[in-house]
Amino acid sequence: MSKLTMVEAVNLALMQEMERDKNVCMLGEDIGVNGGVFRATKDLQKEHGEERVMDTPLAECGIVGTAVGMAVYGIRPVVEIQFSGFTMQAFDQIEQNMARIRNRTRGKYTVPMVLRTPYGGGIRAVEHHSESREAYWVHTPGLKVVIPSGPRNARALLAASIRDDDPIIFYEPKAVYRAFREEVPDEPEVMELGKAEIVHAGKDLTLISYGAMMRPCKEAVQDLAEDHNINVELIDLLTISPMDTETLCASVQKTGRCVIVHEGQRTCGIASEIIARLNEHAFEYLEAPVKRITGFDVPFPYFQVEEHFLPESEEIVLAVKETLAWE
Amino acid sequence: MAAQNPEKQKTTSSEEVVSPNTPSAMDTSRIDLGHIEVLQILNEYGEVDKGLEPDFSNERLLEVYRAMVLARAFDKRMMTMQRQGRMGTFAPNIGQEACIIGQVTSLREDDWFAPSYRSFGAQIMRGWPMEHLMRLWAGFHDGFPPPNNVNDLPFSIVIGSHVLPAVGIGIGMKYKKKNNCVVVNYGDGASSQGAVSEALNFAAVYQAPVVFICENNGWAISTPTHKQTANEVLASHGVAHGMLSIRVDGNDILAMMCATKEATDRARAGEGPTFIEAVTFRMSLHTTADDPTVYRNDEEVKVWEARCPMARFETYLKNKGVLDTDSIKQTLASCEEEVIKARDTFYEMPPADPTEIFEHLYETFPMELQKQRAEYMQRLRQKGVGE
Repeated sequence: MSKLTMVEAVNLALMQEMERDKNVCMLGEDIGVNGGVFRATKDLQKEHGEERVMDTPLAECGIVGTAVGMAVYGIRPVVEIQFSGFTMQAFDQIEQNMARIRNRTRGKYTVPMVLRTPYGGGIRAVEHHSESREAYWVHTPGLKVVIPSGPRNARALLAASIRDDDPIIFYEPKAVYRAFREEVPDEPEVMELGKAEIVHAGKDLTLISYGAMMRPCKEAVQDLAEDHNINVELIDLLTISPMDTETLCASVQKTGRCVIVHEGQRTCGIASEIIARLNEHAFEYLEAPVKRITGFDVPFPYFQVEEHFLPESEEIVLAVKETLAWE
Repeated sequence: MAAQNPEKQKTTSSEEVVSPNTPSAMDTSRIDLGHIEVLQILNEYGEVDKGLEPDFSNERLLEVYRAMVLARAFDKRMMTMQRQGRMGTFAPNIGQEACIIGQVTSLREDDWFAPSYRSFGAQIMRGWPMEHLMRLWAGFHDGFPPPNNVNDLPFSIVIGSHVLPAVGIGIGMKYKKKNNCVVVNYGDGASSQGAVSEALNFAAVYQAPVVFICENNGWAISTPTHKQTANEVLASHGVAHGMLSIRVDGNDILAMMCATKEATDRARAGEGPTFIEAVTFRMSLHTTADDPTVYRNDEEVKVWEARCPMARFETYLKNKGVLDTDSIKQTLASCEEEVIKARDTFYEMPPADPTEIFEHLYETFPMELQKQRAEYMQRLRQKGVGE
């Protein structure tokens, strides 16, 4: 066990997966000598050489499209896009090829690749550096979308994603990159994709979130327990697509109440889909309308005002209390 | 084709570590944009340039000739079937046979080909059964995947979107230390796509074993090349990205065969990518949904009729004594017969299976998709489909 930050845990997963499988390679801007702008790929090139850790030209579409071809040829590329806001440049290749080649060729060719990219606000960055647009990829048939929330699950989910045969969008909450340390086993560890985790069992209300928003949710759960004697069940989605509907619905069937938190924009956001599924599978169990706390339907604001855009624990506490007020 | 830019290696590996941004790099004598050769071996009258004439065997030449005749026969049959309402939208290749067939003549089975949609002549030569291609154009899911023994990408519908994956396959070959190469084609329209420029750049930076065939057929639906770009010599795109580039008469099968042979040899020898602009002409419709009389006049088409790739190759083969009027007729008849046979096979193939739309999306079948499939099956049952 070592106490690692999330960025160190990501680095550990990459290093160990490259050691495990010679077909695992990396592509990205400044990932070699520089070790990536967040240092997630530190020392990988020194260890595994320029052919396996490829510093690429500055062209996100080019990086993703090239990686798709390599994946079709039997290599397992892990792509780093410096900020998730820049994946829009690669929308073409993600939608046309990464997500579709398996279906287009009826499984003759697969695209076992991972697109890793830091997402989300809270680091006082310039425009396009704070986006949380995971809903795009969840909406795209053929992709899986994975978002860890801490060092240990980041490492285990990334390792699992690299080993998975389907194309995966792996969003790393950059606000968590160096926010705290956590015990991470030295030996390789993988977590099953497609499973949500109940991180705090409770009976009064189900609180659902993922990624960077798990931190304010955890604070809220603690405050509610300590100050208000409210016992919240907190669920970390981990894999956004395919979504673990069973775990979510079973919890809401038990508690009868639900609040969902994410920083991405509201309309057609992840919470909308969760609410729709609860409507299908847990409607008769609901005691109150499901509440969502999300980013607003505006572009992510410039950083002087970003703290007001991002959901915080106080609002979550309030939303939980409001939902419980339905008697 | 001489290797261009011999100084390039020197400047990048120089021990004096001169940053390209330092004033010394502004020395214009160090800038070498290379040059673009133009290649024609067989002119429009079928006269061969003796100095450039390749020594392909007569057997090989006849094989290639037949592939061109077959492509045209397939084309005509597909047009007929489409007009009869038995085929989906189709993009004919009439007038581009030399360009399309020539580019795959030096590929081996374990090389890869990344076609665009007008390349069916080349696909047939690569081993795609014609009835399989008919399934493709007729909207069957099973028409799209390449047959088992064929290493091709399925063709690209979004213009130019296949070029980056083709480069990725080339980089993959290098990664796995295989002596193989990729031929990828796209048109004058696709040359405007940003993703295509990125593909050229990646191939050149990584010295990937990729041969780019830019089929400049004059028209991207209704947009002529001069409106597509202010620089109509598309081979300059290769030069701009630092790769060996050549402009070839795309209606000259010998030139196409020679240029791609040299390019694929270079690629396999680790000498990097080559850019070939093949100048040809789209004699017919963009697709069966198109009416070119709206945007271009017949005079232009007539000029190109005289440059027909089939006629000049026939003249050459006749002069060479390997083809005569009888064998031309026989070749045509046997190709037409083969196409009719494929058509009949196609007509006898099973109807589309509506249940398969969920089957191939993921390696592991997500629960939500299983539920949606059950819902879809219910819908099919209610409609009485598949009973």
